[in-house]
Amino acid sequence: MRAVLRRIGTGLVVLWVAATAAYLALLAAPGSTVDTIVGDGADTPAIRSQIITEWGLDRPAVLQYLDYLWRAAHGDLGRSYLLQRPVSAIVGEQVWPTLKLALSAAVLGILLALVLALTTRRPWVRRVSSTAELVVVSTPPFLIGIVLLSIFSFRFGLFPVSGDHGAAALVLPAVTLALPIAGVLTQVLRDGLDRALDEPFTVTARARGLRESAVLVRHALRHALLPAVTLLGWLFGVLLGGAVIIEQVFGRPGLGQVTLTAVNSKDMPVVLAVVVLSALVYVVLNTVADLAYLLVDPRLRRS
Amino acid sequence: MAIRPGVLAAAAFLGLAAVAAAVPSLLSGDPLAADPLHVLQAPSAAHWFGTDQLGRDVFDRVVHGARHSLAIGLAATTIAVTAGVLLGVLAGLSHRYADEAITRGFDALSAFPLLLLALLFIAIAGPGTVSLIIAIGIATLPHYARVVRAQTFVVRRAGYVTQAVAYGGSRARLVVRHVLPNVLGPVPVLAMIGLGEAVLAAAGLSFLGMGPQPPSPEWGAMLSDGRGYLRIAWWASVLPGLIVTLTVISLTVTGRHLQHRFEGRDPR
Repeated sequence: MRAVLRRIGTGLVVLWVAATAAYLALLAAPGSTVDTIVGDGADTPAIRSQIITEWGLDRPAVLQYLDYLWRAAHGDLGRSYLLQRPVSAIVGEQVWPTLKLALSAAVLGILLALVLALTTRRPWVRRVSSTAELVVVSTPPFLIGIVLLSIFSFRFGLFPVSGDHGAAALVLPAVTLALPIAGVLTQVLRDGLDRALDEPFTVTARARGLRESAVLVRHALRHALLPAVTLLGWLFGVLLGGAVIIEQVFGRPGLGQVTLTAVNSKDMPVVLAVVVLSALVYVVLNTVADLAYLLVDPRLRRS
Repeated sequence: MAIRPGVLAAAAFLGLAAVAAAVPSLLSGDPLAADPLHVLQAPSAAHWFGTDQLGRDVFDRVVHGARHSLAIGLAATTIAVTAGVLLGVLAGLSHRYADEAITRGFDALSAFPLLLLALLFIAIAGPGTVSLIIAIGIATLPHYARVVRAQTFVVRRAGYVTQAVAYGGSRARLVVRHVLPNVLGPVPVLAMIGLGEAVLAAAGLSFLGMGPQPPSPEWGAMLSDGRGYLRIAWWASVLPGLIVTLTVISLTVTGRHLQHRFEGRDPR
């Protein structure tokens, strides 16, 4: 129980540091906030002073920071400078297309990794698969996307070139995002399987006359899955980062488009919100993974 | 130990890439010379990688692009390694609370996905080569810092450190003479594999338009430029992309080989 509380406490501290770091980065940004909000609109001293009071920019920095933390903790992510709308509404509208892409890629990638790690046990198949994994992991995701696009959309016309209409439009982006994930996960799973197959319990299972496939799936795989669980946080980061690029390649709406537009127009509340939200999800996932570890592996509870 | 042909090929490619980055004129012509009469031509003997939408030779641009892409990756990795080693040693030698504070800092930094952290930095500092370098450098720093911190924990308990303390050497001397050289062991190989990641990240961010601005022949940016002509001229975007892939694979293969060698294990 103490270990659980301690882990959750650490997660909260990390989250606070992350939110603060992001806010400090914002303060360090050159140029004035008022200029960004005014943008290309009407610019008079009266409008400027109105903006300053409306956004509370005349308060001391510490107060603004505390206010930001307080509101962030209550789910209020502030207002977009550019669109003059709550950031949570903007992010909320665009989160679904990205989630759809990320989830289908995650499922596809994990399935592919499981199948590959379990079926490529023979030495030469394994070598081919390892090489393919290395290539896929080292290839920029946008190149995978572009190659798939030129083969399946331009050459054969099987899938739409861009947009987000129907399931067919999801296939190529999801595959593009799934391949690098499958590459890394297969390597991790295969290492785990190798290690589990060296353990004495494998010998016992084989001695009991279990078929090799049963030894693999029922005994070795369970052990191999554990290290893969720690990659949950990493998986999320890759999915989100990859989604930003892949949405661009396939012209899909989503968080990626929102983020890039915000970065290009210096709409800091939106950028800050996306970054802090992604840190939140990462920390939650990592904490859950660590707790799951404690639950599954009693050896860790003793330390 | 026999060196496998794959490793040799990877090392050879890296050598070639290094030459391209150092003296691009040795291998190719002018990357900016436009030729309106020969636009979007397929790869041929005259233009190995074809030409782009302005009639510029894609091969020349790829060769000159090595300087941009590799330099960005190298600079970013240098920042990450230097800061990572310093912070890692600092954390490893500090008392419990200071160590805890620094380590939570790394944790917070790695809670942001690399690409988003870099985008946050670029949103503040504006796009461009320097922003890209610093952004990737900061984002990849915790990786090195963690390894060095763990290594410092081992070294500070070693006999030679205890002896140096007993001889009454100053703290600075202790760190510089005894701790630093001994924690650096795994760093070069990590940095080599990390360089591949940095090159990949830089290409991704340039692809999004956050890196060197046109007409600079950076690999990711070239891919982004050529994308509009994908239907009629795949080579203008696919070939620069393949070079990125080859570079990253070569770095990983060479890095892993060296890693196995230093650890005294047989490479698989």
